[in-house]
Amino acid sequence: MATAAKLRPYLLSGPGLILFATLLGAPLLLTLMLSFYSFDFTAGIQPGFTIANYVEVLSDSYFHLIFGRTFGIALLVTLFCVLLGVPEAYILSRMANPWKSIFLIVILGPLLISVIVRTLGWALLIGSKGIISETLQALGLVEGPVSLMFTTAGMVLALVHVLIPFMVIAVWASLQKIDPQVEDAALTLGASKATVLRRIVLPQIMPGILSGSLIVFALTASAFATPSIIGGRRLKVVATTTYDEYLNTLNWPLGAAIAILLLVANVIIIMSYNRFIERRYAKVFE
Amino acid sequence: MRKNGPIELIFHTLFILFILAPLVAVCLVSFTDKGYLSMPWNGASFRWFEAILDYPGFIDAFWMSLYLALVSAALATAVAIPAALAIGRYRFPGRDLTTAIFLSPLMIPAVVLGVSFLRFFSQIGIGGTFVGIALAHVIIIMPFTLRLVLASVTGLPRDAEDAAATLGARPWVVFRRITLPLILPGIAGGWLLAFITSFDEVTMTIFVASPETMTLPVRMYHHIAQTIDPLIASISTLLIFMTVALMVALDRLYGLDRVLVGKG
Repeated sequence: MATAAKLRPYLLSGPGLILFATLLGAPLLLTLMLSFYSFDFTAGIQPGFTIANYVEVLSDSYFHLIFGRTFGIALLVTLFCVLLGVPEAYILSRMANPWKSIFLIVILGPLLISVIVRTLGWALLIGSKGIISETLQALGLVEGPVSLMFTTAGMVLALVHVLIPFMVIAVWASLQKIDPQVEDAALTLGASKATVLRRIVLPQIMPGILSGSLIVFALTASAFATPSIIGGRRLKVVATTTYDEYLNTLNWPLGAAIAILLLVANVIIIMSYNRFIERRYAKVFE
Repeated sequence: MRKNGPIELIFHTLFILFILAPLVAVCLVSFTDKGYLSMPWNGASFRWFEAILDYPGFIDAFWMSLYLALVSAALATAVAIPAALAIGRYRFPGRDLTTAIFLSPLMIPAVVLGVSFLRFFSQIGIGGTFVGIALAHVIIIMPFTLRLVLASVTGLPRDAEDAAATLGARPWVVFRRITLPLILPGIAGGWLLAFITSFDEVTMTIFVASPETMTLPVRMYHHIAQTIDPLIASISTLLIFMTVALMVALDRLYGLDRVLVGKG
């Protein structure tokens, strides 16, 4: 009976683990292997072992540009999400119900709406025949149509909109843990509002800001649909480049190498970030 | 003092406008009576909603997405319930690793999953099939289901289960009569979140769907890549309203803020 009880957790989680080993482990392994195969435009994929694909991605300035653009955009989007999402989460936390709950759902609800729909909305707003362009022209502020489609600015704008709910969630969660009496105490003792924000609130929500930034950065770096629709063929990022290698050029081994590099970069960033946060804020998480 | 001043309220208003602007734009454009993208101020109609009926491709894709989301959410929940019980109720060697494995799809970019499934499914001969896509969706929605079921398992006092066991109920009876009814809200919430996630998924699915098994978001993506017209806006408007209805359901079942903020 004692051994049966010991086995029970393994029996319960076993089906899921087998499913994940076959349907997640095996495919990832196959992609890793594929990234070492070679490719010939007439003969197709050639099994073997070569690091040529990695050498190509790491040495070609075309891929440097794409990886640089991807991580540059990810940094910009993260920065804007911090600058806009953190104050909003703080303002939201100081609202009274029912407004607090209503606005929280308005801000977080879009996460459940397809990213295609949200990106389409931005395409409608920022295109040359879009609402922003028409309004600016009607007001006489600009001559001729203006468009942010196929620009980095447009891509950043749409990605901030798609990902900012994650920042609000993370900061909101850490704001919930703050004891409001500490703020009141600081004010009573003569601290200015700015001092309270800087010395009391900010240090306590820092873990939330950091974990929100991590989520936003990782999701921007691997975003596909929004960069593809707003950036088109002109502004390629890592995810859209992988897509093109697989479904247009059909050079799967090269695409696999790009995908593996994206995965490795993602995992390294997440791991080192987690370690940094744990070391620095171990006490806060207790 | 814990009140927002005028500057804060202006910031808040602009922020909410920013969040709602693209969704409102989609809804407005879909009601135009023109043959091109425009606002409905000079003439509104339902013509673009009626036009959807002339595009069986989109209707087939909608049913495809619906079946896919129903099947994969049910499968993911069936696997997540025992896994959540194991992780939530037992301390066993490999417990942290088990949790990490089930949550790992959150850490892997969807594009990487897409290309991996594409290669794997074509190797084992189920490339582009419904079975393949459903299995791929089970993997990516599993973390969401597991987190919600796990939250309700860990929040559950053991008294009732212990009492039933003491009174001679077999483990299966304890589970079916005591545990299951108590964690049902978590299961229903997890299923619904998985359903929505599967229904909306595009980046991974784009690699594994064939023209016959194309889901609605994938078909919409391909349409938008070619042309942006009021038709795609009217389809998007229907999706927005459908999602809002599901959000209300999720709120009733589990509490929307708990689902979205991720606290059990």
